[in-house]
Amino acid sequence: MTDPRPPEEERRSRDRAELATAAFLLVAALAGVAAIVVYIVTDDTQALGISLGLAFLAVAGAMIVAGLRLYPAQKVVEERPPAADPPAEAAVEQEVGEAVGGLSRRKLLFGAAGAAGAAIGGALIVPLGSLGPFELGGPDPDDLPWKDGVRLVDDQGALIPADLLQQGAFIPAFPEGADKRELASPVMVLRLPEGDDQLDPEQAAIAPRGILAFSRICTHAGCAIALYRNPLFPPQAPSPALVCPCHYSTFDVRQGGKVIFGPAGRDLPQLPLKIDDQGILTAAGPLSGKPGPSYLTVRKT
Amino acid sequence: MIFPRVGRFLDDRTGSASLATRAFRYVFPDHWTFLFGEIALYCFLILVGTGVYLTLFFEPSTAQTIYHGSYAPLQGQEVSEAYQSAVNISLDVKAGLLIRQTHHWAALVFVAAIVVHMLRIFFTGAFRRPRDLNWMVGLSLALTALIEGFAGYSLPDDLLSGMGLAIGYSVLASFPIIGGWLAVLVWGGEFPGGEEFISRLYAAHIFILPLLIFGLIGFHLFLVVKHRHTQFAGPGRQERNVIGSPLFPGYMIRSGGLFFATAGVLLLMGGLIQINPIWQYGVYQPWLGTNGAQPDYYFGWLIGALRMMPNWELVIGGWTIIPNPFFGGILYPMIVFSVLFAWPVLERRFSGDRAPHHLVQRPRDAPFRTGIGTAMLLQVTMVQIAGSADRIYVSFGVSYELQIWFWRIAAVVVPIAGFFIARAICRRLLRSEAHPLRRWTGERVERTKAGDFEAAGKGPGPPPP
Repeated sequence: MTDPRPPEEERRSRDRAELATAAFLLVAALAGVAAIVVYIVTDDTQALGISLGLAFLAVAGAMIVAGLRLYPAQKVVEERPPAADPPAEAAVEQEVGEAVGGLSRRKLLFGAAGAAGAAIGGALIVPLGSLGPFELGGPDPDDLPWKDGVRLVDDQGALIPADLLQQGAFIPAFPEGADKRELASPVMVLRLPEGDDQLDPEQAAIAPRGILAFSRICTHAGCAIALYRNPLFPPQAPSPALVCPCHYSTFDVRQGGKVIFGPAGRDLPQLPLKIDDQGILTAAGPLSGKPGPSYLTVRKT
Repeated sequence: MIFPRVGRFLDDRTGSASLATRAFRYVFPDHWTFLFGEIALYCFLILVGTGVYLTLFFEPSTAQTIYHGSYAPLQGQEVSEAYQSAVNISLDVKAGLLIRQTHHWAALVFVAAIVVHMLRIFFTGAFRRPRDLNWMVGLSLALTALIEGFAGYSLPDDLLSGMGLAIGYSVLASFPIIGGWLAVLVWGGEFPGGEEFISRLYAAHIFILPLLIFGLIGFHLFLVVKHRHTQFAGPGRQERNVIGSPLFPGYMIRSGGLFFATAGVLLLMGGLIQINPIWQYGVYQPWLGTNGAQPDYYFGWLIGALRMMPNWELVIGGWTIIPNPFFGGILYPMIVFSVLFAWPVLERRFSGDRAPHHLVQRPRDAPFRTGIGTAMLLQVTMVQIAGSADRIYVSFGVSYELQIWFWRIAAVVVPIAGFFIARAICRRLLRSEAHPLRRWTGERVERTKAGDFEAAGKGPGPPPP
């Protein structure tokens, strides 16, 4: 660590470094004052961020100059002490051995202590069960909001006349009077562009005028299926489908919500529809499967 | 002078002087790659500072209320108190947006710094005995930081956080056999869960997880100090010693400069670069979703894995034993982290090297390890990019379906190719001793019959026999 420069020049260099450090610190002080003023007179996020950020950066500048020029990196050699200390290990071993060795019913005591530990540990964990209900099968099927005769309402709570749905329409809907936030509630209603021409008879029976309804909650990861792939100009293949924006599971609306792409393991539950005598869209039965993401009993009725 | 008096006061009560002299003499080897861990540490400090400020205003409640803040498009809408308070912090609390955005940016840089620090430790073999335990502490920190980040951006109850929570619920519910019960337990009912869920999330984000991170950092640093820092081989540097700057005064000042620089940059980002504008996203309801929703980047690899997975579910006799999200959301990260946790043990098996090491290696010095590390990094990167396949479709028009197949293949082929390429580069560099970016800078000499040395031309010579 010999500096070839004469002491006079080195002294001047240190002097300059001290001045630069002080200058940075003064800039930091100014920027800090600026931040206080900005806070008092405006609520401008950008100005506050710039002044506070600059204050910190100026302090950083001061410390970097000082760290490089006033207290430059040194080369100090330190012996690396080993973490392990064999005599201490032996001493601990011996003391523990003596403490344990003095017991004549070692197995009994250790077994009893283990039992006490396990039981108390278990007793302390069990209260975590209060966190939630012990429901493995999802909500009771009898409590599900969709049944034969339940009318559909839109997100404002208004009934949906079938005449309102133009061909190509796509709207969210809910069971009348039910909790909208329940996963089983939201469905989307759509009307196929060609009516029910291309549906097989079984499908057409639950899709009056080509109006279909499906659960709005993806069977993969519970996101809302907010996308409807329905090209309005040729080429109009592939067929109209509902798409989840989270992982792009794609469900064919003409085939009863069958998965045609993406990670969803179950078809999208369909809500059978009918039009009542006042022309209002009404459920003709429950959803065709359990809505929402999969769990152990999701395929059980 | 006041310092000696304060010092004597403290020393008399706490014995601080002998602690200080030992701390002052602690030696830090200087190498730029050693700074990433410090950046992560400083980000954590900034996160605690900004986070405490945010708790003074945030209301962790899903109770519905009518919005009456200054953001006109939300006026009169029914929103949760959590969402309203988060929007108010952003738009109505003076300095609130700066602190909120700085908090978010600090979280993003925190995870990035941890990952780069991990890469440094891995590729230089700094995880070897006796630091294998500390490698596992560090991995636990990384894992906790990921969960902490998710809990944080899920709190404001905006559309984006709600969509993330729906996926979180479904992933937990996909745990084989007991998942459905676990998810209902954590959420206090079927998704979107009971009133109490957001309080639990809040307790986890501001207390349980930060406490865990704090404790892990403490243990992490304790072990670092216990073994002293690693160092690269060099003049005088041996296994038995550590050569560098003592903490006081030089290193303390330079590292302090790094803290202020980190804080300054994060504050500038918080003030100038918008992040997570929840007032634009709007409220979350289970029936609402939007295209182009992306999680914070450090979850990109998980959304990628969920998206790439074929739609398999294990169903036996009508029982859905393994729902689909398990594969991408739980099994995949479990495999990645298991390999990382086990790596020190695995490497001891492969190499037979069980000795303690304090000198770290250059990546080329361990071609097999560097190849494996490169392969793992590329594998996760491919899956991460697949997580943005929808954005790639929007920007470049490459069919999403085609891309999923492309990334599925790339996630297998690219890592394998990466392994062989990285290993070959390492071996070549090892032979030539060239710097990977600069040219070879040595001088070749040959020993003459008389015993003298003379210059023997430019460039590296033939490999030693």
